[in-house]
Amino acid sequence: MTEHVSPEKLTAKDFASDQEVRWCPGCGDYAILKCLQRTLPELGTRPENTVFVSGIGCSSRFPYYMATYGFHTIHGRAPSVATGLKLANPDLDIWVVTGDGDGLSIGGNHMLHTLRRNVDLNILLFNNEIYGLTKGQYSPTSHLGTRSPSSPFGSIERPVSPCSFALGSGARFVARTIDTDQKHMPTVFKRAKEHKGASFVEIFQNCIVFNDAVFGEFTNREAAADLQLHAVHGEPLLFGKEREKGLTLNRDKLALEVITVGQGGKTIDDVLVHDETNPILAQMLVNMAPPDFPVVLGVLFCQPAESFETSVTKQIAAIIKKKPGASLDRLMRQGRTWEVKA
Amino acid sequence: MNEMSPKGAQKHLDFEKLESVVIRFAGDSGDGMQLTGSQFTSSTALAGSDLATFPDFPAEIRAPVGTTFGVSAFQINFGSTRILTAGDDPDVLVAMNPAALMVSLGYLREGGLVVVDTGAFSKRNLQKAGYEDNPLEDDTLAKFQVIELDISSMTLEAVKEFGLSKKDALRSKNMWTLGLMLWMFGRERKPIIEWLKSKFAKKPEIANANIAALNAGHAFGETSEMSSGIKRYQIGPAKTEPGLYRTVTGSETMAWGLVAGAKLADLKLVFGSYPITPASPILHLLSNLKEFGVITFQAEDEIAAICSAIGASFGGALGVTSSSGPGIALKTEAIGLAITTELPLVIINSQRGGPSTGLPTKTEQSDLYQAVYGRNGEAPLPVLSTCSPGDCFFVAIEAVRLAVKYMTPVMLLTDGYIANAAEPWKLPEIDKIKPFPASFAKEKTGDGDFNPFQRDPATLARIWAKPGTPGLEHRIGGLEKSFETGHISYDDDNHQKMTEVRAAKIQGIENDIPEQKVALGNGKGELAVVGWGSTFGPIDQAVSRMRAKGFDVSHIHIRYLNPFPKNLEKLLKGYKKVMVPEMNMGQLSTLLKDRFLLEVIPLNKVSGQPFKIRDIMSAIQKNLKGRSS
Repeated sequence: MTEHVSPEKLTAKDFASDQEVRWCPGCGDYAILKCLQRTLPELGTRPENTVFVSGIGCSSRFPYYMATYGFHTIHGRAPSVATGLKLANPDLDIWVVTGDGDGLSIGGNHMLHTLRRNVDLNILLFNNEIYGLTKGQYSPTSHLGTRSPSSPFGSIERPVSPCSFALGSGARFVARTIDTDQKHMPTVFKRAKEHKGASFVEIFQNCIVFNDAVFGEFTNREAAADLQLHAVHGEPLLFGKEREKGLTLNRDKLALEVITVGQGGKTIDDVLVHDETNPILAQMLVNMAPPDFPVVLGVLFCQPAESFETSVTKQIAAIIKKKPGASLDRLMRQGRTWEVKA
Repeated sequence: MNEMSPKGAQKHLDFEKLESVVIRFAGDSGDGMQLTGSQFTSSTALAGSDLATFPDFPAEIRAPVGTTFGVSAFQINFGSTRILTAGDDPDVLVAMNPAALMVSLGYLREGGLVVVDTGAFSKRNLQKAGYEDNPLEDDTLAKFQVIELDISSMTLEAVKEFGLSKKDALRSKNMWTLGLMLWMFGRERKPIIEWLKSKFAKKPEIANANIAALNAGHAFGETSEMSSGIKRYQIGPAKTEPGLYRTVTGSETMAWGLVAGAKLADLKLVFGSYPITPASPILHLLSNLKEFGVITFQAEDEIAAICSAIGASFGGALGVTSSSGPGIALKTEAIGLAITTELPLVIINSQRGGPSTGLPTKTEQSDLYQAVYGRNGEAPLPVLSTCSPGDCFFVAIEAVRLAVKYMTPVMLLTDGYIANAAEPWKLPEIDKIKPFPASFAKEKTGDGDFNPFQRDPATLARIWAKPGTPGLEHRIGGLEKSFETGHISYDDDNHQKMTEVRAAKIQGIENDIPEQKVALGNGKGELAVVGWGSTFGPIDQAVSRMRAKGFDVSHIHIRYLNPFPKNLEKLLKGYKKVMVPEMNMGQLSTLLKDRFLLEVIPLNKVSGQPFKIRDIMSAIQKNLKGRSS
């Protein structure tokens, strides 16, 4: 793959490694893999400048299937390895692939700090609400009452919302998409890659073996229109088959409400317009859930700030400028020294 | 260098000449004893004496005032002879309060000198220290020479013109005491005055008050009558190799060694660390060396710290992480990742008392098992140790060299004592150290995907390919990889082979390190005393003294703990007996037995205090009964 000179000639094949993909047949991970292999060349990405870093879990096998650089690390630590890599070479385009267990349970601490530091990484969290690789235990995102080998009578832990966690951690780019939505996913990946700083993307990913159709309520074709809301910056937050339903703010309750345009005296002007720079709105949107509300998808929050590695590099450059020609020899000879004569 | 007495002190010609002196400064955590000690050290070093120090402080930042558990001490041994330890028994104890006296008096040699601040011997302070009666009034101090001085009120008097509050004014009493000690041992005030001026440049009134206190203490010695029991001592300069010297702590030399090592390897240094006692000073020092392009990353925890370093090494930089025992425990899984992905990494362990949180500010050598054996799976890595503050510089460079050349994590064991202690150090000529630039794969050879596990047949090290290089795209990870292709492999024969190759690579380092030398004594004989790490000083002094008495005993100091030097087994088997003093319960003893089926006599101490020379001398005597020639 050394011969590629002009970026536009790359195709999905150039991003596929020669390794046989070993996820379960029908796993949502295939769709995400295909989508990325297809999208990256469209974004002018170079395989040699791209690195996929993962932790442990089904999703974390991802790097082996990409013909880019890759590092399959240890459970939960991918954000930390990726941070060191980015510090060593800020020019690399680094993608972190993690899951709900890897990224929010064992690696929750690293996720929090990586997001608040705003390291320029594209973090894809495959949320399937289950531990797949260890054969189906409930995860930190499993809904209350999930029956699993380790919770035969139903889980009794309240789940964490990945996007809410990310916003709370200070993430400056938070987006959400669905594994089966081959039209929507690329748009989100594109935005994530363009965003300089930590980009957090939650992907609803179906585990066909241990947690099949856990998102079926809003991902099946019939329900999609009524229970999915695709948020677009600057446009009204509308959904429904005829885009007749919308979100409005109940100012008395400081809460979102679903209205139908043209009913009860409500007009399009009552529908909230999506502002992706508004963290309060983002926090309200990500916490909506069926059946009363649709699930929001798309770029929910984007407010860029200087990325961590940029600040690190800048600070060092400024100090080198102030103290040029650093010499260890000179440093050690500064201060109180004395000469012993022969 | 011969001008031992400050100008103006010429009238005191009755110096008592001493070869060496041990002083222990002890006071409350807030009394500034570490500062007093380190300034006395600077002035002593500038006078050309050899020296070793032992800062001995509590884990609490500010324990309740006046209590015994809040006592902070600084011991210095200096002399005109070769000094390798902070001294067995202090000759002089400076006790700034009753608690300091209570805690430290037991260390003082019989007949030694006690200097006490009577101003701090109030009824309340006596009670807090646990004294029922005032030790200055009963026979507690009968076996010692005592100088009672109301340092508190003399300090207040000395700084009164600066209009400080009583509390602030009293903070200068350490400087008053230091002034007296400088006079007593004929050391210069000038470097300390300069230091005070620069430290308090923005608060001149504080600088001036401290200088006034320092001068007042000095003047007190000068003008006091001999009948007060105050004498002066002369300790000449030590005969040391010619060259330019400075005092250094092990943390400083470690930080500099890493910077030097990275430069010699032609790599960017990325240091990932998390604060922990006693390792944090390395993080602080490197954070202040950004003009060298050093990247320091204060991670959210120990695991993120090492993982960031591993990520940096994957990216073609030199990843380094540093911690102490409990933090190293947290890093363990990631060390395994670096071993199996064969990435260069330096892991520094500033050992402290364990297990668990243990004794954070006290020294132990009890992480040797952890370093050599402490990982899941077959996971060998090179283990190096440092023996003194100055030594850290060279061992850090060596750790970098081995990590890069063999594509492996290297564990570097130092300890809290070495990290904090100071010694005079002859500055090395860095440009005379041979560079060992890292080499990176340039282009792909062969068909199919690039194989990152191609090996150098001589070192067995794998090839290092930097992300960003076209054509060398590859994936590594914690799963076992094929010897042939570098892809994931669950093949049983392959795992056997890869395990053996990784082990052979580390074992092969024995061909790339110096043969084991005898530090002192003969290449064979009755008894070898074998040590590693910071016990070098007391062992060497003990062996030296016993040899002077005619005993057939030699000192062997092991720097390379895994793999051992090639000739070590043969060398050790040339002695009738091998004794291993360690600040643990026998970890090197186990390792020597494990590797060489060697019978060894352990000598163990885990009290948090360094070995005394005397301890080792009597153990030598016991094992060589009647063998003195």
